[in-house]
Amino acid sequence: MEFLVASSVGIMTAAGVYLLLRGRTFPVVLGLALLSYAINAFLFAMGRLTIHQPPLVSAAASGYTDPLPQALVLTAIVISFGMTAVIVVMALRAFLESGDDDVDLLGERRTRPGQAQ
Amino acid sequence: MNLALIVMLPFLGALLPALMIRAGRNACAIATGSVTLLALALLLSHVPAVLRGEVLQVGWAWLPGLGLNVNFFLDGLGLLFAGLILGIGLLIIVYARYYLSADDPMGVFYTYLLLFQGAMVGIVLSDNVLLLLVFWELTSLSSFLLIGFWRHLPEGRQGARMALVVTGAGGLSMIAGMLILGGIVGSYDLTVILHNAELIQADPLYLPALILILGGCFTKSAQFPFHFWLPHAMAAPTPVSAYLHSATMVKAGIFLMARMWPALAGSDAWFYLVSTAGLVTMLVAAGVALFKDDLKALLAYSTVSHLGLVTMLLGFGTPLAAVAAVFHIINHATFKAALFMSAGIIDHEAGTRDIKRLGGLMMLMPVTATLAMVAGASMAGLPLLNGFLSKEMMLEEAAHAVWAGQGWVVPLLATAGAVLSVAYSFRFVLHVFLGPRRTDYPHQPHDPPPGMWLPPALLAVLVVLIGLFPETFTGALVRASAGAVIGDAVPQFHLSQWHGLTPALLMSTIAVAIGALTVWRYPVVRAWWEAGAHPEAKRMFDTCVAKAVDSSRSLVHGLHNGSLQRYLAFMAGAAVVVGYAAWFGASHEAGTRQTLVAPPVAVVAWLLLVGACGATVLVHRRRLIALLTIGIIGLVVSLGFLYLSAPDLALTQISVEVVTVILILLALYFLPKHTPAESSGARKWRDAGLAVAAGLGLGGATWAVLTRDFATISGYYIDKSVAEGGGSNVVNVILVDFRGFDTFGEIIVLGIAALAIYALLDGAMRGRVAPKLAAWVPDFPKSADRHPMIMVVATRVMLPLALMVGAYIFLRGHNEPGGGFIAGLVVAIALIMQYMASGFGWAVKQMRVGYRAMIGAGVLIAGATGITAMAFDYPFLTSAFVHLHLPLLGDVELASAMAFDTGVFLTVIGAVMLALANLSHMGRLAAHAPVNQTPMDVDPSIVTSTVRGR
Repeated sequence: MEFLVASSVGIMTAAGVYLLLRGRTFPVVLGLALLSYAINAFLFAMGRLTIHQPPLVSAAASGYTDPLPQALVLTAIVISFGMTAVIVVMALRAFLESGDDDVDLLGERRTRPGQAQ
Repeated sequence: MNLALIVMLPFLGALLPALMIRAGRNACAIATGSVTLLALALLLSHVPAVLRGEVLQVGWAWLPGLGLNVNFFLDGLGLLFAGLILGIGLLIIVYARYYLSADDPMGVFYTYLLLFQGAMVGIVLSDNVLLLLVFWELTSLSSFLLIGFWRHLPEGRQGARMALVVTGAGGLSMIAGMLILGGIVGSYDLTVILHNAELIQADPLYLPALILILGGCFTKSAQFPFHFWLPHAMAAPTPVSAYLHSATMVKAGIFLMARMWPALAGSDAWFYLVSTAGLVTMLVAAGVALFKDDLKALLAYSTVSHLGLVTMLLGFGTPLAAVAAVFHIINHATFKAALFMSAGIIDHEAGTRDIKRLGGLMMLMPVTATLAMVAGASMAGLPLLNGFLSKEMMLEEAAHAVWAGQGWVVPLLATAGAVLSVAYSFRFVLHVFLGPRRTDYPHQPHDPPPGMWLPPALLAVLVVLIGLFPETFTGALVRASAGAVIGDAVPQFHLSQWHGLTPALLMSTIAVAIGALTVWRYPVVRAWWEAGAHPEAKRMFDTCVAKAVDSSRSLVHGLHNGSLQRYLAFMAGAAVVVGYAAWFGASHEAGTRQTLVAPPVAVVAWLLLVGACGATVLVHRRRLIALLTIGIIGLVVSLGFLYLSAPDLALTQISVEVVTVILILLALYFLPKHTPAESSGARKWRDAGLAVAAGLGLGGATWAVLTRDFATISGYYIDKSVAEGGGSNVVNVILVDFRGFDTFGEIIVLGIAALAIYALLDGAMRGRVAPKLAAWVPDFPKSADRHPMIMVVATRVMLPLALMVGAYIFLRGHNEPGGGFIAGLVVAIALIMQYMASGFGWAVKQMRVGYRAMIGAGVLIAGATGITAMAFDYPFLTSAFVHLHLPLLGDVELASAMAFDTGVFLTVIGAVMLALANLSHMGRLAAHAPVNQTPMDVDPSIVTSTVRGR
């Protein structure tokens, strides 16, 4: 199980970083979303993996997983939604203003020879 | 307490003038004056104690970990300076009332003035060097506002900027010096530092600390070679020049040298650095002053010169020189402030302050002329006036000073300085007031109203009284403050006009004779001066600034070329390099923690996630499909949370997933649906390399963590959750109770993000994008069925259910998975479904609460919950709870955390809805369709066109 989680974090990170480095706003947004998943999972993993032991106090519980990383990740998820939303809207506004969604030199697009628009 | 109040009063009072100006200029001036008067009265109430030799102290710990304490103390030196600052401040306030014209914003002026005053009093009463530095910077900032008060004048703005750059840079240097000093002594409290002179001077860091601190003092007090900013600061209104540049701010550097005297003075380094800088400043500035035609410029350079004189005296390092320095500070403040105010009166009444256009004002402005002549004679150091006394003492000290083994250097140069000082003082008096009456004054000169001449008159009276009866008026004050400077017993001295035939008297006589001769033959001297070279400090300064701006611009533009791809590549690359460097910099052994067995379902989910990640990368140019694959990844992550004992996270992730996808879909309505293939092969390989390195790094780190055991602090939360937080869902209790402050900050961030989105979209709908939206042509076929009936009916039926689910999740959140965040998201989804199904126009009409108000209410409720705890003397956000037994409902628990969670709940709904609703609003604008009044209607244009198309 640990290997699955660790490799998932790695793969999501790799995909996220790759998309983050693309030249248009939309892949950058996707990359950021992927990277958020990866980082949230990474933070969550700091509490190690446990099954069937949710942090709900009860007399019948056999033990509890670490609640602290969960609390941190919960707000991180909501905040990363806020961040994604701001970036999406910024990308949208930039596109509407400049007619272009290139992340470099918005509005004064340099032509790349030999490539179709 | 009292002492702290003296410092705080001007700051507290700074609000008054800005408010009182509505009641008129007099009320404004009176309000400002009473603040200063009150502070002065408080100060004077301590005079007897201080003159008895007591040192009053008061203080609180502020940031004890940093050694920063709010400590104030009042000794003789502090009393002298605070008295000057508040006393002259009061006169300036009166004077400014009459000086400022009706167009000048007087309330603002007085506010700045009081801020400055508070900062100055803070400097002189601080007993902690860090606190002192705070006030020191405050004087730089407030003086910037005052110098640039006439912001329509370019000279004012440039002068203010130059003053800020020079004194601000000096302030930085001083911070460094003070930190070193504090490091040597081990305390930042001044009283401790001053008692450790041997320790400080024996330390190898003494010299750097000294140079850095002197850097601050010299820039502030306009000592050579930093003297050039002061004359340019004279573009300020005259009350500012009189206050800042004669009596107070420029004396801050002098004050600090006097203050640090017991700790820093006495070494050779101190003597050569300080006395040389003072001597050169005195001489150079006096020379320049003689050839300035602008009255204020003349006075400005004269001030620089006198500050040099005091600096030189402090630099001598002998107790008697310190006495002379203190005495000259008092005398200079009286005559120079009077002269500045007189210059202001002349400027105000005659319409010019150019000496070449003045002359013969004696009979036209007799009162002003008398005042200026008394003060001017004191500046020249003529007998019977106070300037004579301290100048004699200075010459006496200079006569004994030995510089680099040469006994003649200092006496000769000091005499030369005195000559120049006599000359420019005589010139000021003769060329302005005497001589023939002219006919070409810009205004007809006459004496001003008493409000303007009374303040300088008061000072002129002091000039005479101190001159005649120095022991009576200033003896005790000089002894007390000199005692504070020396930090030891004050040597025997007697302030009087006649000391017998001393070398000083001889030097003084020579100075007056040659000075008079110079003014008598002024044209000749002037011609000789004009023939020489005059380096223009302002031009050099401007060149330096321009060069600095250019080089930083080329550096910044070289690094920041506007390419996000480049920045992100550097950031990712840097993170990778740092991570791997840390990894390979240490040795690692394999982890020993027992791993969990993965069930087949987990493997399938993992395969799904890996496949979706790969697909996202491969098909990312087809944006809708990429969005779909991202959704799959989010789903798998939620399932993972669920399986791994984190039900709250799973619920949050899945609901966030829904709103994110809706949001991106809405944005995709406008954005291109495809990403063009642009990246070159090399770039793709480079990015792929970086991505794989980052993925291996983070994945490896995760693996390393997961295979090792750890100690957690969470046991505390689990133990206390029920007992102190009143809830059994530990995650929720942490969010709303233990770490409620974090959550409070985060909902504020979320609210700000939503408002930013609102601003971005609202601006787009109004600005130059609006026509584009109006002419929008959708790049994909639209369904003719605007609001499918099944969906409308289904969402409406579901709405109450969804709201109830939200309420349920909210209520049980404290004990079971759920809570404000998740409930907020669920309710937001329920609402957004109405927008999707029934249309924006219809949904907006049904929704009567504004989302912005909802965000605000949420943050306020959360904050108010926290503050309520403070009302009961508990720390912010302490929670309380009771168990109630209600009929039918059974045992119900009411926790204050519930109120806090309500705030979270409202903010989340408001933020999510504000973002989504505005995006859909924009979509509606671009759709050109009329607002649907009823939920179920069809778009007639599309129906007909579709039919016609067939």
